[in-house]
Amino acid sequence: MKRRDLLRALLGAPTLLACEGREPPPPLAVRMSGANHERGHRFVRDADDEGWADAPMERVPVVVVGGGPAGLSAGWWLARHGADFRLFELEDAVGGTSRSGESDVSAYPLGAHYLPMPGADAIELRALLTEMGVLDAEGQPSATATVREPDERVFYRGYWYPGLYPYAGASEHDLAQLARFERLLDHYAALRDGNGKRAFALPLARSSMDADLIALDRESAAAFLDRKGFTSPRLRWLCDYACRDDYGLALDDTSAWALLFYWVSRMEGPGSETAPILTWPDGNGALVAHLRAAVGSRARTGRVVSGVTPSDEGVELRTFDADGSQSRILAERCILAVPDFVRARLLPGSVEPSPYSSWLASNLHLSGRPDALGCEPAWDNVLYESRSLGYVSATHQRGRDFGPTVWTHYLPLLDDDARQALLDARPAGLADAVVSDVERAHPTLRADLERVELWRWGHAMVAPRPGFLEGGTRLARRSAVIGGRVHPAHTDVSGVALFEEAFFHGTRAAAEVLEAMREAPA
Amino acid sequence: MTSQPPDGAPEERAHVPAAVLYLTVFVVATSGLVYELLAGTLASYVLGDSVFQFSTTIGTYLFAMGIGSFLSRYVKEDVAERFLQIELGAALAGGLSAPILFLGFAYADVFAIVLYGMVVLIGILVGLEVPLLMRILKERLELSELVARVLTFDYIGALVGSVLFAVVLVPELGLNRTSLLFGMLNAVVALVGTRALRDLVSTRARNTIAGVAVIVLIGLGAAFAMADRLVIPAEQELYAETIVLVKQSPHQRIVLTQGRGGVQLFLDGNLQFAEVDEYRYHEALVHPAFAATPNPRRVLVLGGGDGLALREIFRHPSVEAVTMVELDAVMTELAATHASFRRLNRNAFADPRLTLVHDDAMVWLDEHDDERFDVIVVDFPDPRSFSLGKLYTGRFYALAARALTEDGTLVVQSTSPLYARRSFWCIDATIRAAGLHTVPFHATVPSFGEWGYVLAKARPFDPPEHLTLEDLRFLNDEALGHLFVFPNDMARPADPPPPNRLDDQRLVRLYEEEWSRL
Repeated sequence: MKRRDLLRALLGAPTLLACEGREPPPPLAVRMSGANHERGHRFVRDADDEGWADAPMERVPVVVVGGGPAGLSAGWWLARHGADFRLFELEDAVGGTSRSGESDVSAYPLGAHYLPMPGADAIELRALLTEMGVLDAEGQPSATATVREPDERVFYRGYWYPGLYPYAGASEHDLAQLARFERLLDHYAALRDGNGKRAFALPLARSSMDADLIALDRESAAAFLDRKGFTSPRLRWLCDYACRDDYGLALDDTSAWALLFYWVSRMEGPGSETAPILTWPDGNGALVAHLRAAVGSRARTGRVVSGVTPSDEGVELRTFDADGSQSRILAERCILAVPDFVRARLLPGSVEPSPYSSWLASNLHLSGRPDALGCEPAWDNVLYESRSLGYVSATHQRGRDFGPTVWTHYLPLLDDDARQALLDARPAGLADAVVSDVERAHPTLRADLERVELWRWGHAMVAPRPGFLEGGTRLARRSAVIGGRVHPAHTDVSGVALFEEAFFHGTRAAAEVLEAMREAPA
Repeated sequence: MTSQPPDGAPEERAHVPAAVLYLTVFVVATSGLVYELLAGTLASYVLGDSVFQFSTTIGTYLFAMGIGSFLSRYVKEDVAERFLQIELGAALAGGLSAPILFLGFAYADVFAIVLYGMVVLIGILVGLEVPLLMRILKERLELSELVARVLTFDYIGALVGSVLFAVVLVPELGLNRTSLLFGMLNAVVALVGTRALRDLVSTRARNTIAGVAVIVLIGLGAAFAMADRLVIPAEQELYAETIVLVKQSPHQRIVLTQGRGGVQLFLDGNLQFAEVDEYRYHEALVHPAFAATPNPRRVLVLGGGDGLALREIFRHPSVEAVTMVELDAVMTELAATHASFRRLNRNAFADPRLTLVHDDAMVWLDEHDDERFDVIVVDFPDPRSFSLGKLYTGRFYALAARALTEDGTLVVQSTSPLYARRSFWCIDATIRAAGLHTVPFHATVPSFGEWGYVLAKARPFDPPEHLTLEDLRFLNDEALGHLFVFPNDMARPADPPPPNRLDDQRLVRLYEEEWSRL
């Protein structure tokens, strides 16, 4: 693919304009990684293979399948309650899309990188944060985990401005629409249904499923804004950014319910600021590391589960190691913390597949700080005229404002062209596209750039397209226990890929298992 | 050099217009004195201590002139040709002396060598001139008449030079243009000389000398026209005094200026110290904290890369080890090597008790949780950006508190309680929010205005009453007591600002708001 076509497919037109007519840039040092496709696809082939009857059978009370945030959260909960369990992860490292990397300079995220401060009702999540030392005895977040000011800035027409909304040059019309949109959010933040449930709450299971609210899920976020008369380009950009940020979707493809959920679920009440952001140099890798430590040696990585069969005897799991050696496990209960497309293969017919968004997360390893015009560097650096989300700085939270750093750039692949480009392009081409994107705000970027580490997330996260709530039945249908013994636990259950959802469903499934085992001891 | 005999023009038959030669003596004398004054002025700019610098440069210059006079005896033949060549040499060396020395500012460690090398070279060249001139003129005049007239013009030239230098040249032209102008005058003398002494110099030598003189004239003239762009930094207009050094480090722009009151240091355009009263600021920064600490042995300095706080710290005989954590390696390198800084900080960076670390102070404190200090001196620039503001947060002071010994003392420069009253008390509130007990104080530093500091310890404490050092320039026990008294317009406001936090740096906004009101 030609450079201009690749840039157009991944980034859209503005970058192309900026790059046209220039000499092709010198080659970059690039490394590309991603989910282990070969191993991931292998269990499909091996599922029907003979020889399982001879494989050794081990008895384990509880098995957690999947070592992403949901599975690890389930493991953390089981460990806290003294349960005997195993956790199997197909990849060589746990953490799923919250994994992280580390260099001499800093730890850095490979995927999810922040957690809004959970509200008072998120008791279990606050317990985790307290255990981590993120919250003190009074429940106040530590200074090191709360994002350091300046938290965000936006690059708009050649200049960095503080904050996310580009106030510079905004017309009265723009500001009036912003104010009206904020009033709308306040309205939903104050709203309670007949059962006293909030309209939009985290986890999603605590949100109202009243019909008039669920109706919002039938239209796209773009259609909703149209219908409400929100025409301000800046406001629509802000909403589009929100959809790209949390869901990897464009405004046109996102459920209007999900857009409102993004804002309102993080407000304590009407008129309140959205919750402060918690972050770490390694992003949500810090959460993963803590959960992983709690699970300890009960976690087995590089272990593929190729079949889950519940019966009266228990749940039979077929697993094999990286070397191909097969084994069978008979468990009392199984927590299935895998995305729906894996679940559909392990337990055919148990779930309709969900749509997923794809991401390219790129770590730019820099020897120094490239030049820029405008306000001081922030933690989150957003590019207005871009399809990407911009970048976060891994050294910001540590307080290192000079010298080497790692910037993590996030590019959601919003359409089929972009997804195809991600599959077709060579790593050097992808890295060039990412660097060209950031280069618009930092013209001297390439001079400081030592290497680019690309991470390709093909099935990054479940995508809340219109209708994803399935008329309010999604949660009940997808979280229902399968075969009396298999407990689904994944963000795919709720349909929004947030750490809070993973944690909720992991701990919820673990609590269900503990309850069931207490009622019916083996 | 050619030494072929003049073509049929023996010296005794030469016709030299006397007026031209007297004028030559005059110009040579004036320019010689101007070069001498230029060197002395530039030396005192960079090396400080103008009495010492003027004495040594003038002494060296006179001595070099003596060497020149002595060497003149070795000029046996072609006296007039040698004279003209020496005149050209003086034009170049003298004319370029100030620009060369200005450029030498940036290379402080070799500045003295360059300076005295230039002084000796120019002195020798000027010292050669008068004896050779006298030998050229000796055929025309009686010895007594010759000596009288030459020395008269020599001394008149010296007088004119010294008066011109102070009254006209430096104020109107500046040092660089003065230097270049007199270089051009020397070149003109050489050019005129090729005609005036035509009977004494071969045609070929005359043509060569005239050609070189024209080139030198054009070169110096061009430099004269572009003197501003050559050596004067673009930001000179932003500063009241002459910029003598500009360095761009990865972290900040370092500018040193020189004026009547001595040197001034600016970081990113903000005054850090002025020689005339920095002792007030640094004595107040260091000695009250030491007075509040029993037997201070281990000291941590955060920031303060100019080394002036170090100077005050090293005066305390109890100090055994000092760690300085300063972000900017360019700043400390300059402070350790540049003559002006070394003079002011008394070469503090050479003290074996010092351990110098280049790191962000907050990151360093975070990563060194096992080190404890009796005194911690926090001397950062004011919180005018978020990256500086983080060094004024509860998180930062909590890390600093951890690094204190049980009876240790923290002292924080805390901007002006008069101009930025709420900012000052916000810093005090932030330190207290980190669990420390504070005693705020202030001192008058005319260059800054009324300046504030906060003393802090882990336990409640009273303001110290007795200094542990005598013979300070600013502080005595009585003055110390006054530092802790806050007049009404600087006192803690009835509604003190809440503490500054890493995730909500209200101090940065408050500081900008208060200072922009001035």
